[in-house]
Amino acid sequence: MLKEVLRILENDARTSAKQIATMTGATQSEVSKIIKQAEEDRAILKYKTVINWDKVEDEQVWALIEVKVTPEPEAGFDAIAQRIAHLPQVRSVYLASGTYDLWLVVVEKSEHEIGDFVSQKLSHIEGVQGTDTHFVLKRYKEDGERLDKGVGEKRQPVIL
Amino acid sequence: MSAKQLGQLKRRHSIISRRANRLSPSGIRKFFDLLASMEGVISLGVGEPDFTTPWHIRERAIRSIEEGYTHYTSNMGIPELRRELSRHLRERYGVHYDPNEELLITVGVSEALDLVMRAIVNPGNEIIMPDPSFVAYDSCIILAGGEPVRVPTCRENNFELITADIEARITDKTKAILLGFPANPTGAVMSRDRLLEIAELAHRHQMMVVSDEIYDRLVYGVEHTCFASLPGMREQTVFLGGFSKAYAMTGWRIGFAAARKEIIAAMTKIHQYTMMSASTIAQVAAIEALASGEPSVLEMVEDYNRRRKFIVKGLNDIGLTCFEPRGAFYAFPSIAVTGMTSEEFSEQLLIEEKVAVVPGSAFGACGEGYVRCCYATSLADIEEALSRMKRFVNRHKRG
Repeated sequence: MLKEVLRILENDARTSAKQIATMTGATQSEVSKIIKQAEEDRAILKYKTVINWDKVEDEQVWALIEVKVTPEPEAGFDAIAQRIAHLPQVRSVYLASGTYDLWLVVVEKSEHEIGDFVSQKLSHIEGVQGTDTHFVLKRYKEDGERLDKGVGEKRQPVIL
Repeated sequence: MSAKQLGQLKRRHSIISRRANRLSPSGIRKFFDLLASMEGVISLGVGEPDFTTPWHIRERAIRSIEEGYTHYTSNMGIPELRRELSRHLRERYGVHYDPNEELLITVGVSEALDLVMRAIVNPGNEIIMPDPSFVAYDSCIILAGGEPVRVPTCRENNFELITADIEARITDKTKAILLGFPANPTGAVMSRDRLLEIAELAHRHQMMVVSDEIYDRLVYGVEHTCFASLPGMREQTVFLGGFSKAYAMTGWRIGFAAARKEIIAAMTKIHQYTMMSASTIAQVAAIEALASGEPSVLEMVEDYNRRRKFIVKGLNDIGLTCFEPRGAFYAFPSIAVTGMTSEEFSEQLLIEEKVAVVPGSAFGACGEGYVRCCYATSLADIEEALSRMKRFVNRHKRG
């Protein structure tokens, strides 16, 4: 039931407990309880909106930055990854296999500011050995949502 | 020339055949025209999935074009598709069909239905079928020269067929019974026990059973019973199915017929002179659907189920009482509270509130007093449609 509720909310965060109750056959108070528990357990982190900022002409530059780091004797990669995660420009942080250790998604207002971020913030963090910055040229899909118009309704309104 | 002579002349020279003339025009023709002139309509009138075909299936079709699958296939369908289908049916329903002689790939179940009627019906033969049911059933029977004999079903029995009602209509002209469960338009599913009774009846009267199971995968909280899998029924059943509903592949037009050799042979003869073979590209896509489409099917069924519960509760809440449909993707609420005929209701609802539903009467006399609401549409649209219908019902409630 928890997974069912989470799947519904992941698809549409605005689905009310009452609606979920109807869809799943549980009572509204059961659903509310499940949601509350999931929030406490941080299974639900936050309710957000997937936005295509291109539509409002808000200048945004996205970069995927690979980071090579020296793991610390005790904390390994965790401590340094947490330190990087504190930076507000960083949207996502992942530990990855391969040549580089960490992958960051960084969003800034211009390429210039991404440059400042790498040269003045990231490279100053202890343990960071090297970086490789890839600028995002175009976004096609974000959090599972297509950014183009998509296919739209192709069905006839009435078919027997 | 007298009026009488003129009438005779006209009849003799009528371009349209009597057979074609006998087919009733679709009961919803006028809605199309009305709809075409309107904007902002929410349609619960569509009888197909709102999902686009899963991407891996589409991708396989694209690749098949690149690979040059542009020729005819064997009349019966690509051998690999028949093998995969045979395996699929055995695993799912425990009924085995020889892929070389007992399976025929058709252009949707619609073609399969037409073929089977033409293959088994002699002039004057009667085919028993439920009322209400899918609009093509009686037309296919009539085109094949047969007579449809309708067995009423009602809400009190959850729109299931009752054996006694069938038996009362069996005559020495009866050739077969045509079943279509899970049902369009009611969403009804036949219980295994009731199907066993029909099997016993079919055995006793040596009556063929044509079972259209296109909605077999779309059942909620119940198991679908494949009629051919019932004891002794494999030899007496023509089992029809397809890819349209389960894999959201309506536009690809791939269906199948499974039956004993002599029936498939007769159907194949008609198929090869009229259709040759089903679309090659679509058949390749169907192989992919069988091989790896299962997770998509389960995901879609889960999604339909949420909307099903939502719409059934919503309709009941606004006074359009509705039995719980266990299959397909239709709710079939009663509109008794408004006192309107189902055509009046559907037309007025479209004009006043811009919601399209299909009048139950389009599916047979027993559908009168009901409308078909397809919930294969977004939850937001269902919700909006329900709130518009609520306004409509409150305005038109009797007494």
